[in-house]
Amino acid sequence: MFGINDPGVWSAYLLCILSSLFCIIYGMMNWNKGDDKVHPEDVSWVKDEKTVQDDL
Amino acid sequence: MNNFLLLTILVAVYLLGIGYLGYYGYKKTKNALDYLVAGRSAHPVVMALSYGATFISTSAIVGFGGAAAMFGMGLLWLTFLNIFVGIIIAFIVFGKRTRRMGHNLDAHTFPELIGKRFQSTFIQGFGGLLIFVFMPIYAAAVLIGAARFIETTFTVNFNIALLIYTLIICAYVLAGGIKGVMYTDALQGAIMFIGMVILLAYTYHLLGGVTNAHQALGALTDKVPAKLVAGGHLGWTSMPKLGSPLWWSLVSTIVMGVGVGVLTQPQLSVRFMTVKSNKELNRAVMVGGIFILAMTGVAFTVGALTNVYFVKNPQFGKIAMEVAGGNIDKIIPAYINSAFPVWFVYLFMLTLLSAAMSTSSSQFHAMGTGIGRDFYDKALRGGRHTHQTVAITRIGIIIGVVLTILLGYKLPTSIIAIATAIFFGLCANTFLPAYMGALFFKWMTKTAAIASMSVGFLGTAFWLLFVHEKESAALGLCKFVFNQPTLAKYPWTVVDPIVVILPLSFLVAVAVSLCTQKPPKEHVEYCFKHI
Repeated sequence: MFGINDPGVWSAYLLCILSSLFCIIYGMMNWNKGDDKVHPEDVSWVKDEKTVQDDL
Repeated sequence: MNNFLLLTILVAVYLLGIGYLGYYGYKKTKNALDYLVAGRSAHPVVMALSYGATFISTSAIVGFGGAAAMFGMGLLWLTFLNIFVGIIIAFIVFGKRTRRMGHNLDAHTFPELIGKRFQSTFIQGFGGLLIFVFMPIYAAAVLIGAARFIETTFTVNFNIALLIYTLIICAYVLAGGIKGVMYTDALQGAIMFIGMVILLAYTYHLLGGVTNAHQALGALTDKVPAKLVAGGHLGWTSMPKLGSPLWWSLVSTIVMGVGVGVLTQPQLSVRFMTVKSNKELNRAVMVGGIFILAMTGVAFTVGALTNVYFVKNPQFGKIAMEVAGGNIDKIIPAYINSAFPVWFVYLFMLTLLSAAMSTSSSQFHAMGTGIGRDFYDKALRGGRHTHQTVAITRIGIIIGVVLTILLGYKLPTSIIAIATAIFFGLCANTFLPAYMGALFFKWMTKTAAIASMSVGFLGTAFWLLFVHEKESAALGLCKFVFNQPTLAKYPWTVVDPIVVILPLSFLVAVAVSLCTQKPPKEHVEYCFKHI
């Protein structure tokens, strides 16, 4: 397959393409899923993250 | 001289663009709170490109691309793991919990997340120190990758090339590139994507298409050097002989070490905390999957195919390793400079600068926070944040940069892939059981986390110093103490520590958890709130 004889290599080539395709399909299927509510911990984290960045 | 002038102008324009975007991004970061509350946050494409650009460096493109020219296309198993583990598992399984738990515990660094989860000052301090001390090995690999390209492109001495890149990276750091600004990383990611797609398309075009190129590579088996054949090499479109030294090297060190180690890269795991919700992570999976395929997938395929180009080109007539004088780190630079028109050489220079800078800046960031926030602030000062912490963080970054540059000068040739694999493996063996336990296993205890991290770290150090011959012979301690390069016999001398130490570290985590006091229920519930 793909001009490669060794299944140990062409299967890796194929799996690379298939796993990328999975990423595309997963992203599309879950495009609008997982929208969490903003919790107080999230707000506090962003505030503190700014301090960490400013220190640098 | 004209080439130097052109390079200077290009780099200056590039740095100005990056600088402007950095400033724009920083201004926007100042209002991050408003963005979060208003329901807007880092765009998933920006987040994914930023993660990808931080993940993929000159090490992956130049170093591992060169390794593919030696090992062959079997290196694509690493690309598969880069996508499957580095994107799918990392984003969907680890990323979502890392973000939620990081916010719950107000953790801003990777050691801080594990330390706070297990209520352990030691874990945070030890993790920070480990990152500070050992990250320069990986950072030096990135530095060398960029310098090798400059060396080949402008036919200058390697030391001068290293100095040129060092000056560029210093200018970048001084201009504020060290701040975790995702817009800058995202632009760099976009440049990398364009450069790598052109690289693949042109290479296949040059070699007569996908199938023809692969078949031509498969037909070169008789050109494999005798030394590699003796090590188990069966050709560039075949896996090495099962159980041979090359097979162990490819499968255990390169594929498993780097493929699994990505989960515990401190500079990557913190990226998950920067998005507002799981929705952004879901969307980022799509971009991340395509991006990584275009990075390591292209680098490893093209890396192997350089053999066809060099053998068929009458100017060379020999395989890539021979063209590069035995230094595999020089193969990709030599190929680009020989096979491509000048405009692409410069575009690829920007591709590599982007790949190097986005990774280097996050590495220096992790080193600084490792020594300042995690080690000094937490382990030495009991969590009291002072002005000294800020100073130590900045001094830590400077020391990290200097150490990295010194290593860049001192490390031997053909080192990029090995140095990267050592750091990734060390992180996996030390952090993975504790990190997984922190995110998924409420029953895992603080003592178990400390024990597994200790076994992971000490076990890896022992294995590299006394068992794995490539490192033990080079480091010389085993020879000094026992008057022999390694204490073990084949095949253990070629088996990477990740094969032995990581399962041992997991085993210790489970066994110690079963016989030590369970963590306070309220604390565990707080960690897992909203998960």
